[in-house]
Amino acid sequence: MLSYIIKRLLLLVPLLLGITLISFVVIHLAPGEPTDLQTQLNPQASSELQQRLRSQYGLDQPLYIQYGQWLSRLVRLDFGESFATDRRPVLDKVLERLPVTILLNVLSIILILAVSVPLGILSAIQRNSVFDRTTTILVFTGFAMPSFWLALLLMDWFGVRLGFLPVSGLKSLGYEYLSWGGQLLDRISHLILPVFISAIGGLAGFSRYMRSNMLEVIRQDYILTARAKGLSERTVIYKHALRNALLPVITILGLSVPGLIGGSVIFETIFAIPGMGKLFYDGVMMRDYPLIMGILVMGAVLTLLGNLLADICYALADPRIRHSHQGRGSS
Amino acid sequence: MKKTFFYNLLFVATVLLLLSACNNTDEVNHPGVAEALTPEFGDTFIEASIGDASTLLPVLASDSASSSINGLIYSGLVRYDKNLQIEGELAESWDISDDNLTITFHLRKGVIWHDGVPFTAADVEFNYQLYIDPQTPTAYAESFKQVIGVETPDPYTFIVHYDKPYAPALISWAMSIHPKHLLDGEDITKSRLARQPVGTGPYRFVEWLGGEKIVLESNPDYFEGQPYIKRVVYRIIPDISTQFLELQTGSLDYMGLSPLQFSRQTDTPAFRRLYNKYRYLNFGYTYLGYNLKRPMFQDKRVRQALSYAINKQELIDGVLLGYGTVATGPYKPDTWVYNADVPKYSYNPDKARQLLAEAGWQDTDGNGILDKNGQELSFTIVTNQGNDLRSKTGEIIQRRFKEVGVAVKLRIIEWATFLKEFINPGNFDATILGWTGGPEPDQYNIWHSSKTDPRELNFIGFKNAEVDSLLEGGRRVFDLQQRKVYYDRFQQILAEEQPYTFLYVGEALPAVSKRFRGVEAAPAGIRYNFNQWFVPQVEQKYVR
Repeated sequence: MLSYIIKRLLLLVPLLLGITLISFVVIHLAPGEPTDLQTQLNPQASSELQQRLRSQYGLDQPLYIQYGQWLSRLVRLDFGESFATDRRPVLDKVLERLPVTILLNVLSIILILAVSVPLGILSAIQRNSVFDRTTTILVFTGFAMPSFWLALLLMDWFGVRLGFLPVSGLKSLGYEYLSWGGQLLDRISHLILPVFISAIGGLAGFSRYMRSNMLEVIRQDYILTARAKGLSERTVIYKHALRNALLPVITILGLSVPGLIGGSVIFETIFAIPGMGKLFYDGVMMRDYPLIMGILVMGAVLTLLGNLLADICYALADPRIRHSHQGRGSS
Repeated sequence: MKKTFFYNLLFVATVLLLLSACNNTDEVNHPGVAEALTPEFGDTFIEASIGDASTLLPVLASDSASSSINGLIYSGLVRYDKNLQIEGELAESWDISDDNLTITFHLRKGVIWHDGVPFTAADVEFNYQLYIDPQTPTAYAESFKQVIGVETPDPYTFIVHYDKPYAPALISWAMSIHPKHLLDGEDITKSRLARQPVGTGPYRFVEWLGGEKIVLESNPDYFEGQPYIKRVVYRIIPDISTQFLELQTGSLDYMGLSPLQFSRQTDTPAFRRLYNKYRYLNFGYTYLGYNLKRPMFQDKRVRQALSYAINKQELIDGVLLGYGTVATGPYKPDTWVYNADVPKYSYNPDKARQLLAEAGWQDTDGNGILDKNGQELSFTIVTNQGNDLRSKTGEIIQRRFKEVGVAVKLRIIEWATFLKEFINPGNFDATILGWTGGPEPDQYNIWHSSKTDPRELNFIGFKNAEVDSLLEGGRRVFDLQQRKVYYDRFQQILAEEQPYTFLYVGEALPAVSKRFRGVEAAPAGIRYNFNQWFVPQVEQKYVR
């Protein structure tokens, strides 16, 4: 098992290198440079300024040298400085946005799991019942609904008309003067709508997935055996079937690790939440190469690690896979 | 005789100013003169911004969010007053030498930086060096490059010398003055002041939560007296719909409305109870610019015909819902420099067809599109993505052009690509864009024939010897009446030549919470006297 993990980790290095190379080239293929955007169509800016900025950013160097310099900084874990006028380190900018992004994503995953797992199971057990059909319709309606539109409707309804939830932002003005409990309540009330909106899309996919998994498992022979043994339906479903139906959830959770730092531009923009999605989007629009590359690398590392983690957890949870690895190792 | 003519023009300009001032107030429900309140201190002013500020060092900032915050934190030597006349800020007064080559600023005494250090002429001298330093990546160096020397004979006198008279010189000293004692010898691009600014202005910096909000607090030591409003909060809300929802809940005190919001969505009793609405003309206009390097646009009659084919009022009604006015040239219609006596192109498709026929464009093959020497009169209008007004304008123009036999395609392109692939290499037929100006009439960078290189602003390639000499001459005289001679003629030539079809000037449509008193619309807008705004004690909303 250990040698397997080491092998996988070593494989990550060339993979990551390839990813950075491709991303770097693709980003520079997009027309327009950060300096264009800072100086163009500004009656005050001269073309000398443009040249000066280009050399300060190192954009006057050939692309392979730029990549080399960027890579040599990266291996020292230096993501460089943003090309935006503030020239802050990329890492600072990312770290500033990370906590709220992770908080939202974790809450949203928890909400998705908490709702869709029971929903999927119940739908599977009572297949084709009224309950199953109703949830199917509801869940797909939620999935098909444009989230920005739903968000605006909810903001208008709960925020403006009823007035018991804040429209946007993360904290109220005067948050610092609230009591401990008041602060907690304030944070929660600001999070309700964003978490709900960001979860609603995932809800549909996940509950459907859960339902089909469960149906798959229930059809297996060992469930028939369990029933034949005279076990109660409860034990059959929750002890024998559920455990196996939950296995693929591990893969999905592993795959959602990079999603923890990724945000959605649309709902961050609408709720005025300073998250990673908006940061990345603005970076792309400004052709802020170091920032774009920084976020892409972090995303890539997390994706690769997430996959690895999922594989490992899967092996730990599923004896069939674990044994097949060991079998291969000894041969 | 000649003089009376100018006086008349000035008179016309003044009348226009007054008219616009009246126009400003027609939507306003003022508390009434009877309510003579004495200003009281306190409360918070909350405003939303679409984007986060980039840096709070004015020398580096070029985005509007940074600029509006920097405007409260920093001061310049001079500024525009409510009627757009230049008045002293950090300079108490100034003298201009008879040869117009030297300006002597007499600085205010007793001004202190937000950290308590006194402000002196050494700070001003340092700023001059800072702006022209090749290591400073600033967009504001141009006007200081005209300076040949500066002197500081004593801590409260600053003298600046020019080798040629340069009329925009005085207002160029409205640039924000940065503190020497915190920046001297430092790399400006790495200064911590970018996120923790120190200025001499009416508001001091408190905190900046990236992407969330920026908080300022009134400066008790401000040299014109502490402003009444205690705190100013800029909330970053990137979505206009969200801003509008926040406004409806009363969480915002100020928002620039869209024409649609202004006319249809805020006409409710609930909204009127909370907010006053204002309207006044923006500085800046939208135009359709023709690439003069394209053979089809080299004939002035074609450009004039296209201008006749466009119904500008229809654009204003359709795109701006009526909140705008027809543009006839590059200047705002209610300013002293505006020349109303220029050829105007009211909607006249017959005239357009006639001019096109004179220029040799005829529909020989009967397909509805004019042609000449086997080539059809068809071209592409490009504009940038993200500006709904411009794309709508393009669609309406497209239809009107078709009616006179001109086929037009419309392409909407993401901003960076738009600049790189179309504007810079001059790779476009026509473009819909806008210029935002200010009260200073110098338009050298946009219209002078020396500014037609790639990346320069005369990207349509306009070359006119008389305009060149007028633009040069307009920079050399200080007297407004004398300057107006140059710019009047300049406007006439532009109107005759139609290198652009000047389309419209939009209006600013702000809503301001009714708590705030002392708000008055003027040619300079409504924010010029922000330091005098106040909220009566009983109505104050944010007491802590």
